Amino acid sequence: MPPDTRPQSPAVHLPWPLRDKVAFVGIGTTRYGNFPETDSYGLGCEALNAALDDAGLTTAEIDGLIVNRIPSYERFAEMMGINPQFCLLTEAPGRFSGVSLALAAQAIVTGAAKTVALVYGNNGRSVRMLYGGGDSQWSPWGMTSPGAIHAMMWQRHMHDFGTKHGDLGEVSVAFRHHATLNPVAVMHGKPITLEEHATARPICEPLKLLDYCLINDGAVAWIMTSAERAKDLKRPPVLLSGYARQDCFAYGSAPADDYWYPTLSACRSVYDRAGFGRDDIQGLGIYDNFTPTVMFSLEGLGFCKQGESGEFVKGGTLRLGTGRWPTNTSGGHLSDSYMQGWGIIAECVRQLRGDCGERQIPNARAMQYICATHIAQSLILRRADA
Amino acid sequence: MTLSTRPKPLLDNWNKPFWAACAEGRLTLQRCKATGKCFFPPAPVSPFTGRPEWEWITASGCGTLWSFVVFHQSYFPGMRDELPYPVVMVKLDEGPYLLTNIEGLAPEDLKIGMRMAVRFLGGPEGFVLPQFGPEA
Repeated sequence: MPPDTRPQSPAVHLPWPLRDKVAFVGIGTTRYGNFPETDSYGLGCEALNAALDDAGLTTAEIDGLIVNRIPSYERFAEMMGINPQFCLLTEAPGRFSGVSLALAAQAIVTGAAKTVALVYGNNGRSVRMLYGGGDSQWSPWGMTSPGAIHAMMWQRHMHDFGTKHGDLGEVSVAFRHHATLNPVAVMHGKPITLEEHATARPICEPLKLLDYCLINDGAVAWIMTSAERAKDLKRPPVLLSGYARQDCFAYGSAPADDYWYPTLSACRSVYDRAGFGRDDIQGLGIYDNFTPTVMFSLEGLGFCKQGESGEFVKGGTLRLGTGRWPTNTSGGHLSDSYMQGWGIIAECVRQLRGDCGERQIPNARAMQYICATHIAQSLILRRADA
Repeated sequence: MTLSTRPKPLLDNWNKPFWAACAEGRLTLQRCKATGKCFFPPAPVSPFTGRPEWEWITASGCGTLWSFVVFHQSYFPGMRDELPYPVVMVKLDEGPYLLTNIEGLAPEDLKIGMRMAVRFLGGPEGFVLPQFGPEA
């Protein structure tokens, strides 16, 4: 791959200047499904209103706005009657959920805004959004879709490390189990077995149907403010303790030939930034557009050695109730809905507030989010009283 | 093979020479003058230096199979008849990767690490798409 010097470790700022300075104070999510009667604006408004109600705030108190997957920040702000001093639209890929979060945190800490609403809205299902096809660098050879990129990487991973397609089944089955505990999950009431994962319809081999996320209409909103202001608000504040990011764009628009391992490894600095380690974390949120990203995330962040994720996830490691690392307790992208990381981060916040009912991680004090892409990221959230 | 119904390449000012060479049966790459390393897709500058100091070279056309997938889902109307079709990722001996297809091999015969060589067999009107088969 062209530039052959890959980032190994970003500067670790100790103490991280933003540690515990910013809090989540409101979370709103819509139902996920097929809603042709509305659109990403309508869904975004619904999610933001839910988040405002959750926080006990009104639009008058929102002075920062970040929108994602909603076509125009301007129109959205006009609709909601928000006239902020900090406003932007972030790029569509799901890696921008974490990027948006970090931008909001920076805005709050630097005084660019006091209270930022972040709103994600997607109507991909009702408009029959196809993640593939169209003209691209590789379309003359039929190479297209994020799923195929992950399939290419997993095929090589199996060759390099002896992992199996069946190893991915542990991920699918665990997250589906979580969906059975989440009454609003799209796949609620539809448990699956390892056998069903293995025999599902192939989409882009080696990946099959149950290795793919679920495209739906829906929206997610978060409201963030300073940890100081958060103390006076309605809900128990959830603090951003650490955030780490390392980009690598050297893949020539081809699949990542290193499983993003160097950049994900660089993100292990998130523990130093947060000021506490893996042992102090009770659960995970992992960006699961396809099952292999969960494996790459676990290896990259050092939950197991590189190549050993198949063994690591065996026997329900990621499953609530049986495993040390309950992951994507809402069902995640695979079994709740592909809300591009926004829903997974919302679930981490809800876990830390104890809002999760049957799928609650007992005594959840800190949660870690990981996103394996060209913009590798990890962040750690904790309860303010933990 | 139905290479004539494949999607056409997206042409830009940087990749036009690549496609013109393919039409003549040559696989070409840009090579950075400062480092001697090749890169792909074609670009205005070398990613090794960020400078517009590079030259076109004719590549060996040989490489090794890095990985492969088999598409069962239809994304391109012109490739529906080829389903299920493989896409292979070949690491060229010069360094860059190509995502391409195989000729003269069934998907079940693919072995990661096997030697591959380019073939020029046709393509959509006005283009020849590099395909790969076993190295002779």
